[in-house]
Amino acid sequence: MSKNDYILEAQGIHKTYRLGIAEVSVLKGADLAAKKGEFVAIVGASGSGKSTLLHILGALDKPDNGSVRFEGRDLGKMGGGELNRYRNKMVGFVFQFYHLLDELSVLENVVLPAMVSAGVVGWIMGRGNAKKRGLELLEQVGLKDRASHKPYQLSGGERQRTAIARALMNEPKLLLADEPTGNLDSATGNGILELLERLNRAGQTIVMVTHDERVARRAGRIITLADGKVK
Amino acid sequence: MYKLILAIRYLYRRRVSYFALIAVALCVFIVVVVMTVMSGLVGEFREKNHSFTGDCVVGTESLVGFTYYEDFLRKLESTDCVEAASAVIKSYALVGKVGSQRNMGVEIIGIDAATYGRATGFGGTLHYHKDDVSRAFKPTAVVRQAHHLDANLPGFVVGVDMWIWRDEKGEYYFAPNPEATAVTITCFPLTARGALAKAGTDLVNTKTFYFSDTSHSGIARVDGSVIYAPFEDAQALCGMKEPIARASWIHIKFKPMVGIDKGCGKVRKLWGTFYEQNKDKPNGELLAQVKVQGWKEHRREFIAAMEKEQVMLTVMFGLVGLTTIFIVFVVFYMIVSHKTKDIGILKSVGASGCDVVELFLGFAAGLGVIGSAVGIAFGLWFLRDINAIEDWLFERFGFQLWDRTIYAIGEIPHRADLTMMLVVAGCAVLACVAGAALPSVRAAKERPVETLQVSQI
Ligand SMILES: Nc1ncnc2c1ncn2[C@@H]1O[C@H](COP(=O)(O)OP(=O)(O)OP(=O)(O)O)[C@@H](O)[C@H]1O
Ligand SMILES: [Mg+2]
Repeated sequence: MSKNDYILEAQGIHKTYRLGIAEVSVLKGADLAAKKGEFVAIVGASGSGKSTLLHILGALDKPDNGSVRFEGRDLGKMGGGELNRYRNKMVGFVFQFYHLLDELSVLENVVLPAMVSAGVVGWIMGRGNAKKRGLELLEQVGLKDRASHKPYQLSGGERQRTAIARALMNEPKLLLADEPTGNLDSATGNGILELLERLNRAGQTIVMVTHDERVARRAGRIITLADGKVK
Repeated sequence: MYKLILAIRYLYRRRVSYFALIAVALCVFIVVVVMTVMSGLVGEFREKNHSFTGDCVVGTESLVGFTYYEDFLRKLESTDCVEAASAVIKSYALVGKVGSQRNMGVEIIGIDAATYGRATGFGGTLHYHKDDVSRAFKPTAVVRQAHHLDANLPGFVVGVDMWIWRDEKGEYYFAPNPEATAVTITCFPLTARGALAKAGTDLVNTKTFYFSDTSHSGIARVDGSVIYAPFEDAQALCGMKEPIARASWIHIKFKPMVGIDKGCGKVRKLWGTFYEQNKDKPNGELLAQVKVQGWKEHRREFIAAMEKEQVMLTVMFGLVGLTTIFIVFVVFYMIVSHKTKDIGILKSVGASGCDVVELFLGFAAGLGVIGSAVGIAFGLWFLRDINAIEDWLFERFGFQLWDRTIYAIGEIPHRADLTMMLVVAGCAVLACVAGAALPSVRAAKERPVETLQVSQI
């Protein structure tokens, strides 16, 4: 297999949190690679650093040491503008705690990534298409009739599904999902997993964090994070 | 685009925005109202002093006065920048109603009503002779007939506060026609060397005058202690008529468009040559004490007190202004600190730090502008009706902001200065923006996760 098949490569990732004199070494040389079209699940105990690793992969945080390459390009060498583009276009991130904007409706939250990348003129021209895609995504996650609601009017699971729809808005090459089924009952969680599987079959690369073995088994490959390293 | 949408959403979706708006509006309102009233009062006081003095004076504080004033008057009148000039006598006198034992010490100003009326705002301060200042010392025809007064009897004009009572609303009660009261005015005549002129028993000069009008200059010190008499009579009473006529001051009004400083400079130069030509004449030594002063300089001791008060009040309200600015700053600091998580979210979907800062600054500036506009609008409305509001309060509750029996103001100043309002509004908007800038810039610099993790205040 040639090296170029990897869409994402992380090597020797170190991350240490310093709180005064206390140091918490969360990641101690974690390696991870995902091929294009792969569905990878990261499992590990609570506090093992799964979220931390995923944040680093999504360029939301910086490793103390080690490199992350996306399609062969080192994130650490990208400028601010490139990183913004990376977060906006290349990856879609689903947070463990959803992180939606309360002032915007569900639909507006979903189309936010498109809004951010478009200028005023671009947005006015492309608004129709963006809204159409946003509604399609909401339909896929079963929230079409909640489009005009506000995030605080939704249940936890519904917010999570909104966050997934937002992550998919700009058709990212890589979907990073932190516990996407963590707050859902098994039926709804199953629906989300089916959605992810469907996306994966259509060619979507997915890296998913979960602490649930049963959920992890739905992925193509399971990586276990323990003691700051990938086992 | 999302910046605009979000900024507008923050404005009207969050209740705290309304509170912030009210806070900004209140701050602007208070500062605008206070500044207007304060600077209005001071401005009015200066204007009254200007009107009382004319543009420039030439003379001396010495009760002896100075000689050859008529020659200098003629020189002044032929100068192109002078509109009017009038010589006056200034001294002290005792005044008592005829037939009464009571006497009162006053300042006496001897004026030629016609020229004095042109050189100063004296005419406008009169009640019965507003339209014809030159007849200020003539009791009105009705009075003369009613009381069988001789048309040639000298009249006197008295400071309004010495003559007429004011009610608590500050209004004077004038009789439709002045009563024919006679007073005796007693002066202490001085020789050109400054000695009492008459030795022995007959130390003083006394003369009877008839009330002809009151003068309301709006300056409490003047209205409460000055009495005006015809120039010739005052001059004679003060012993300044002979052997060489003397006067105390010459009041000058410049032509329109002639600056006070420039005009005074010209008069000073004129006086310089006049002094050189006349100093060796008999009693020419009196000319040495004569000074030329602009009206501000002449009234400095009165204006300075007011200006000191103004400086103190400006400092105090500067502190109030600073406090309000700080409050606005804190309000915005709180609002934006509360929203730093949004900054993390926006950055995580690819927004640049600059854009996010712009969004919050736009929000703050928008709120600041709207708040200031509301504050100014309310301020103008309040100022427009401030006198009506005060009247209403007084009628309803007997409460008066300014005790009119003490303060010589007719109405509370209410003309707001545009520049002042713009400066106040500008400061308010700046405070909003600064308050929002600090937390948003800090949050925008951090990595997205860091802002997402912070527990919000
Ligand atoms: N900002 C931070 N400062 C200090 N310590 C941190 C910080 N963020 C995370 N940690 C610590 O790093 C460790 C890993 O956190 P992380 O959120 O990655 O765990 P996780 O594997 O996602 O756990 P969970 O399954 O509970 O979500 C934890 O012990 C946590 O306390
Ligand atoms: Mg986690």
